[in-house]
Amino acid sequence: MVSLLSVQELWKSFGALRASDGISLEVAAGETHAVIGPNGAGKTTFISQLAGTLRPDGGSISFAGEDITRQPAARRARHGLARSFQITSVFLDFTALQNVALAVLAHSGRTGFWRDARTDALLLDPAHSVLEKIGFEKTRFNVLAANLSHGEQRQLEVAMALATEPRLLLLDEPMAGMGIEESQRMISLLSSLKGRLTIVLVEHDMDAVFRLADRISVLVYGRIIATGSPQTIRANEQVRRAYLGEDS
Amino acid sequence: MSRAAVFWIVAVVVLAALPPVASALGQPYYVDLVRRILILAIAATSLNLILGYGGMVSFGHAAYLGIGAYSVGILAFYGVTSGWLQWATAIAGSALVALAIGAVSIRTSGIYFIMITLAFTQMLYYLGISLEVFGGDDGMRLKARSAFPLVDLGDPVTLYYVALALMLASVFLVSRISNSRFGMALRAAKSNEARARAIGFPLYPIRLAAFVISGAMCGLAGALYANHTNYITPGLMSWLQSGDLMFMVILGGIGSAPGPVLGAFAFVLLEELLKSLLGLKSQDWAEHWALLMGPLLVLSVVFFRRGLAGLVSREHG
Repeated sequence: MVSLLSVQELWKSFGALRASDGISLEVAAGETHAVIGPNGAGKTTFISQLAGTLRPDGGSISFAGEDITRQPAARRARHGLARSFQITSVFLDFTALQNVALAVLAHSGRTGFWRDARTDALLLDPAHSVLEKIGFEKTRFNVLAANLSHGEQRQLEVAMALATEPRLLLLDEPMAGMGIEESQRMISLLSSLKGRLTIVLVEHDMDAVFRLADRISVLVYGRIIATGSPQTIRANEQVRRAYLGEDS
Repeated sequence: MSRAAVFWIVAVVVLAALPPVASALGQPYYVDLVRRILILAIAATSLNLILGYGGMVSFGHAAYLGIGAYSVGILAFYGVTSGWLQWATAIAGSALVALAIGAVSIRTSGIYFIMITLAFTQMLYYLGISLEVFGGDDGMRLKARSAFPLVDLGDPVTLYYVALALMLASVFLVSRISNSRFGMALRAAKSNEARARAIGFPLYPIRLAAFVISGAMCGLAGALYANHTNYITPGLMSWLQSGDLMFMVILGGIGSAPGPVLGAFAFVLLEELLKSLLGLKSQDWAEHWALLMGPLLVLSVVFFRRGLAGLVSREHG
């Protein structure tokens, strides 16, 4: 099994709080790897260090064989590491289509100072096809992101990540704040991506996690207490006590 | 035809017709006044690129106005009168200074960005004051107007049309840039910085490039300004001048093409109007025009959220 992402002994503290307390994790190419854990376990801190928006205090992260520990977020993104945010983060004053076109533009690495980008087929066509692929409502393509529903904005997050043609997708609670119906649509969207992309999924929705993940790591107080297949995790005593025990 | 297109056609016709009309009415003063507005509109348009589209609140944009003006003045002082050379120096000099100031300030954001751009400009202002050779505090007279083949900038009306043409060109240029791939990335960075980074935009070089283009364009406005006033003072680089430019952009409507032009007209005409109204009472009163200007500007910002340009077009910024 070849690791696409390899995390070694990652440390990060905020004052006395150890948000990442020596996290090591291997994510194989093509797998969907879920990271679960109770609130305050350090999941978002972990994702942020993978994405490059937070600098770890110690440890290393390598992606596709390259040490990216000190690389800034934008460079990681251009090398194929895309993320979605736990709290929806889209370009509110651009339309849905433009949001995705911006991601295509960022990925293209080509700039220009003169030609009108708003009618550039090289940006709009790929944006169109990504939105279609994820089943985004066609009549909503040209709606300002600020006027989209929460569920649509979450879809847009994923669409933007996909538009950068990533090798690894970091999803920070893609189902956060969604209704049941919206969640189901997101789950079927993610399962359609499964296998074609390597995915690191941080999610609270256990139903989603157990349906989507090939392997699950359980993060508690900044430490990974167990990693394994969904069956192994479900059966793990320590995990049940620390986390699942509360509601299963 | 869109409202914006109608606006520009009307604006060009009116502005082009102004010199003959003013001369027919025996009011050449208005050519001088509007020429100043046109030049300031170029400066405001350049500021709009970074402030309106890039979200960078540069509180030191007058620096480039000053560098442009001093480039012309100093070269003329040493006998270099070629307009091409003077203006190229003004543009290149401003671009270089913008590169240096931008390289430092763009690493910061928010209030720090405002303060650093202000601090750099104040340094240049005091440098201007300390340069006794070039008149120091009093400034310097422009030895001769920038010399171009076939075009005599010494003629007030010719200079007016040159300013008008360059104003339109700079509005067109900023509008093209703002809708280009580069401009979209710049606007994305303003809209949502974390998201822009996450999809892979290298924000620092994008912002720095915008900062340099903006500074260079403002340098050209400075070169024109030197020819307009025929006199160059460090005051052109003072923070008050930077503030005026910012107000023109905000008043006119940030992130819109006609905004800075409308803002420059509204700002200067309002200033002139208040001065003359108060001047009716007494000359002492006229000096306090800013007392009335302030509240009017505050009200305009409160009531026209998208600036005066919001009244002209419905385009999204």
